[in-house]
Amino acid sequence: MLTLETIVQSLASGLLMGLLYGLIAVGLALIFGLMDVVNFAHGEFLMLAMYATFGLAVSLAVDPLLAAPLVAAASFVFGAVIYLGIVRFAMRAASNRGMVQIFATFGLAILLRGLAQFLFTPDYRSVQNSWLSGKSLAIYGVYLPAPQLAGALISIAAFAGLYLVINRTDFGRALEATREDAGAVALVGIDKNRIFAFGWGLGAALVGLAGAVMATFFYIYPDVGASFALIAYVTVALGGFGSVFGAFAAGIIVGLVEAITAMILPPALKYVGIYAVYLAVVFLRPRGLFGSL
Amino acid sequence: MGDAPLLEVRGITQRFGGLTANGDVSLKIARGELVGLIGPNGAGKSTLFNLIAGVMAPTLGSIWFDGEDVTRLPAATRCRRGIARTFQVVRSFESMSVLDNVTVGSLVRATRAAEARRAAIDVLTFTGLHTRAYALANELTPAEKRRLEISRALATAPKLLLLDEVMTGLTPAEAQRGVELVRRIRDNGVTILMVEHVMEVVMPLVDRAVVLDLGRVLAEGKPADVVRDPKVIGAYLGERHSAPRA
Amino acid sequence: MMKVAPTALHRRHQLMVAVLVAALAAMLPLLIKDVYLQNILVLTLMYAALSQSWNILGGYCGQISLGHALYFGVGAYATALLFTKFGVLPWFGMAAGGAIAAVIALCLGYPCFRLRGHYFAIATIVIAETAYLLFLNWEWVGGATGIDIPIRQDSWMAFQFARSKLPYIYFALLFACVTWLVTFVLEDSKWGYWWRAVKDDPEAAESLGVVVFHSKMAAAAVSAFFTAIGGGFYAQFVAYIDPDSVMSFHFSLLMALPAVLGGIGTLWGPVLGAAVLIPLTELTRSYMGGSGRGIDLIVYGTLVMFIAVARPEGLIGLVARRRATGAN
Repeated sequence: MLTLETIVQSLASGLLMGLLYGLIAVGLALIFGLMDVVNFAHGEFLMLAMYATFGLAVSLAVDPLLAAPLVAAASFVFGAVIYLGIVRFAMRAASNRGMVQIFATFGLAILLRGLAQFLFTPDYRSVQNSWLSGKSLAIYGVYLPAPQLAGALISIAAFAGLYLVINRTDFGRALEATREDAGAVALVGIDKNRIFAFGWGLGAALVGLAGAVMATFFYIYPDVGASFALIAYVTVALGGFGSVFGAFAAGIIVGLVEAITAMILPPALKYVGIYAVYLAVVFLRPRGLFGSL
Repeated sequence: MGDAPLLEVRGITQRFGGLTANGDVSLKIARGELVGLIGPNGAGKSTLFNLIAGVMAPTLGSIWFDGEDVTRLPAATRCRRGIARTFQVVRSFESMSVLDNVTVGSLVRATRAAEARRAAIDVLTFTGLHTRAYALANELTPAEKRRLEISRALATAPKLLLLDEVMTGLTPAEAQRGVELVRRIRDNGVTILMVEHVMEVVMPLVDRAVVLDLGRVLAEGKPADVVRDPKVIGAYLGERHSAPRA
Repeated sequence: MMKVAPTALHRRHQLMVAVLVAALAAMLPLLIKDVYLQNILVLTLMYAALSQSWNILGGYCGQISLGHALYFGVGAYATALLFTKFGVLPWFGMAAGGAIAAVIALCLGYPCFRLRGHYFAIATIVIAETAYLLFLNWEWVGGATGIDIPIRQDSWMAFQFARSKLPYIYFALLFACVTWLVTFVLEDSKWGYWWRAVKDDPEAAESLGVVVFHSKMAAAAVSAFFTAIGGGFYAQFVAYIDPDSVMSFHFSLLMALPAVLGGIGTLWGPVLGAAVLIPLTELTRSYMGGSGRGIDLIVYGTLVMFIAVARPEGLIGLVARRRATGAN
């Protein structure tokens, strides 16, 4: 039954989810904007963060909300290591750089999925008792589940923090400069590899944060990253490559579109709305909503 | 050859948002002429060049080539009509050999690849690059790459060749060879319009010079006259007193 | 007197190598009697052909499509539907599938080819995913249940063989040879030159009279056509298709992977890539995947990563030094 109440409820849930999509997409956009690399293993970063959160909750009884910053920090390290250990070499390709990166990170994605399957088995997991699970906030009759709400707030905070880092700090300026001309910054004494490693770390930390939050209301299994990765990829493109803000805004749009689609079409087709919106947008604006590249 | 000009630019105005890059520019180029398009930085030379080449359509005005209104024709079609161009920053097909690069050009006139390749070899022999025919484009020296740019454009058998700052950044010896090449191209019946910054090279070379400043035609005529025109001197000197060029 | 251009000589060499390789491949089924290995042979040849088709649009023309499963699926479903619902022989079915796929490619190309790079790639993914979801929920084509192609008796007319894999192997070999030959011919034609120019620098290509849009459309149509034929073949080979097996995103990647790992934009890259990757995939899956512990994925992923990083120009770099001659 489609009443005003259910519509508003749907949109509210969509908004909350959209803020998380935004967080995931921003991590991807950051990495891309920095060095023109699309991280096909982004979904697996998410998946690993979810497992890490689950692990902390189960073995040390750490609440996911508390674990989130730890998982984000660990993801940061992980992302930097991935760059230094693998991606750095993929970027040495003289030609077909785009394809090489896609497949190098694709291989990484498969590897990580296999590792997860090996270490954790394909069984579905979930974090049972988190501090927020089961609670919800009611505003004017609209129920906002506490875990999702916390996730959305964390997402906003993280994005605000990122925005400040990029626009107000020296590191942020170095990031921008390196994106513009990696060769030139070397002349000024900025180590390109350090900046890129930091960028990967930051991108991974953001998606790691999202993963920690999502562990409280999504099932955790080795392939969970796959569908989110695709949505993240579409979201970044929708927002426009080169715009971190665009990715975040697009995430919100994607969340809302998904919710609206779910009201109209059968649940299996819920992503079709997002796909249609993406195509409609790029056919009219070939560089996405806010893209510069 | 008739009296009709090969290229006629009529009242071209090009605006980008609030900026007027070209303001009511008109000029005529006769068949067989070698014309230089000069002017200080920001004069609108590149914009005019790109408009003639067909990169975009002008805000106002029209462009006539060989008696036909080509204003709305895209670049690829203009190439078939006989307008060829080089790029200021050399844009060779990096993954292809020198011969293959030029063959792309000659495929405009030839239908089969083998035929096009033979024509390409002829062009490379003409421009002096035939010894490097099988080298990859990205293995060439900068001067050779310039030569490749010109060879490629020449392979399309153009009536009008647009050269974009082909002399910039060359050593005196290379520039001299460049000048010889341009002369030989003209002697072969190709009309040439060259945008240039390097005065010492271009002025002795061209039949006629057109000076642009702030998007408008400032002066036009024989190089010797244009160089002495007080307006032209003022335009360049004024630039020398303002902020240094990038 | 001008000696024979290296190009012509080089091409004659290529043809001789191709004939040799094809002859060797033709002898393999006579030596390999194990059904499981014969299966791998069919798949290897099929993927070589599919990747070769993908390579025309992705490698030569530089338009990276990650949604080619759409065309494969169209071919598979067209063949299967025409056969099971209307009794149309698979030979006609495959041709019809190819034609339909080519038309779809042109229709999609119209809006999509104004997109560059990643935007284009994502558009291809998204379109293929939409088709996948549509087929999954469409009763007439079988939905999630898929289509079963009943094998009544061995027949060349109906292109179905209950036990012997030999006819499939030889058809797949023929298919691989045809796609190789098509690439070989196109590589040294004006299309080949235009595609490579468009890939390297579309604006420079335009200035030389190349109509970029038409070039991309032509590449897309040829690529889609052959990919769909591959789909039709696959339908007859496995006698059962469903959206997951013929239209998934994973499949799109699998069609591109051999070309990328073997050497994107080269004549032999897809063949080399398929010859290495497919047996590897199948063997790791069989020997290590059974436990469900993901070891096969670990090995597979590591290898893909390793090749992509260690040999970015593709395995072809190991076999032939980058030649600066003619149309290679």
